[in-house]
Amino acid sequence: MDLYDQMMNLDRRWVYLVIGLVVTITAILPFKVPLYITPEVRSVYNFIESLEPDDVLMIGVDYAPEVMAELHPMSYAITRQCFSRDIKLLLCCLHQNGPGMVEQVIAQVSKEYDKVNGEDYVYLGYKPYPGITILAMGQNFRIPFPEDYYGTTLDSLPMMKKLTNFDDIKAIINISGGSGTEYWINYANGRYNAKLAIGVTGVMTSDYYPFLQSGQIFGLIGGMKGAAEYEDLAEKGGYISREKDQLWAFKSMPIQTTTHIVVILFIVLGNVGYFMSKRKKYGKYEHP
Amino acid sequence: MRRSVPLLIVSITGFFMLIQYFIPLEESEWLYERILDWIIVIGCFAMLLGLWSLTYVSVNKVKRKVPGWGYNLVALSGLFFMLIVGFVPGQESLVRGSAFMHLFEYVYIPIQASMFSLLAFYIASAAYRAFRARTVLATILLVSAVVIMLRLVPLGPLSGINQWLANFILTVPNMAAKRAFWIGVGLGATATALKIMLGIERTYMGRD
Repeated sequence: MDLYDQMMNLDRRWVYLVIGLVVTITAILPFKVPLYITPEVRSVYNFIESLEPDDVLMIGVDYAPEVMAELHPMSYAITRQCFSRDIKLLLCCLHQNGPGMVEQVIAQVSKEYDKVNGEDYVYLGYKPYPGITILAMGQNFRIPFPEDYYGTTLDSLPMMKKLTNFDDIKAIINISGGSGTEYWINYANGRYNAKLAIGVTGVMTSDYYPFLQSGQIFGLIGGMKGAAEYEDLAEKGGYISREKDQLWAFKSMPIQTTTHIVVILFIVLGNVGYFMSKRKKYGKYEHP
Repeated sequence: MRRSVPLLIVSITGFFMLIQYFIPLEESEWLYERILDWIIVIGCFAMLLGLWSLTYVSVNKVKRKVPGWGYNLVALSGLFFMLIVGFVPGQESLVRGSAFMHLFEYVYIPIQASMFSLLAFYIASAAYRAFRARTVLATILLVSAVVIMLRLVPLGPLSGINQWLANFILTVPNMAAKRAFWIGVGLGATATALKIMLGIERTYMGRD
């Protein structure tokens, strides 16, 4: 096997080794990645900035631990921004592994801002079958969630006294690692006309651009980069701080950046090997 | 009778859910809310069925010692261990700090995060092998993928051009393809729903 064939058929263990080394070295020796803030992320941030104290925002947390590196920073940054501005939060979860994710976020951030359950925020908990649950919430939050996550009836919670359905909240932000987002778009926005923004994983981002252009969603936070952009905005707004180690996605950006560079270099290597071996074989490369 | 009754229930419910959207009456809203409530309750029974099915299949595999039965034993142990921990009396199992949530945070989260992290290695290897400019279409795919990946990379003066290009790919060709796909899915779902409500499509009952 000559050099060009070797370039084309590198043992996958070399790929794994290089990726492992790059991730480790970048984690030990981080650097700052300049970020371009996209309009779709900025519009979510600006919308929350436009809310008044005591307005209610709903956050649907529909993800499992496997995507928490990308989505948890969004949940934390948005929750901190809302609590800093005294915006009330209504949280729910339509993914079976999500309740633990919400509990982590709300337990930590509510303590940081001295926010009280039932007055400053309500955590509705988890219900299966997202489509049906969203449709039912559009009628009345009490249909799918007669009690909150902690077993208190919704009617006995002060914050819920003025809340019946999506008409009483300013917007919904769905942070999702799966197909749950489609239900929010189809039912919460499509059926009940609720104002909706979404935060999704990097691989899901391209799926939701059509909904952004059509106006069905007013904002889109895509993957770790989107989360880092949001954290950047939240830091500039004074809601989170580097000193308190609250910029997790931003901190992970160098690792993602170097890994992408390495992947691109591997692709280039494979293609150079491919073209050179063709040229060697036929004298001159001819496109099939 | 065994076929007609379920078909009738599906047909009536389906048409009611379709028509009630256009009936602005309190009675229609009331019935709609009751139906939504029923669906959630029925769904909870389906979860019990899933629990039973998982247990039944796993126990059978362990009993017969089929290849890989050890994994089924681990699945069963995990399932029942978490169930028991969740029902430990005298504590709110879903609140942070409980034994159940400790297991979630310190066992489940690291396991899932580790599994997903492995994807980075597999994706890198797959990208290296798959992205070859063998044909014009493969070259377009390759160039698009590289442009989108480079969106995260600081390229100095070229960053602006690359951002514009990445944005163009996402909002023009990507959006056109996705929109066509979603419209196709929507039309397909509507056609299938109508076929089910009219009793033409019956495979959901387990046979034609």
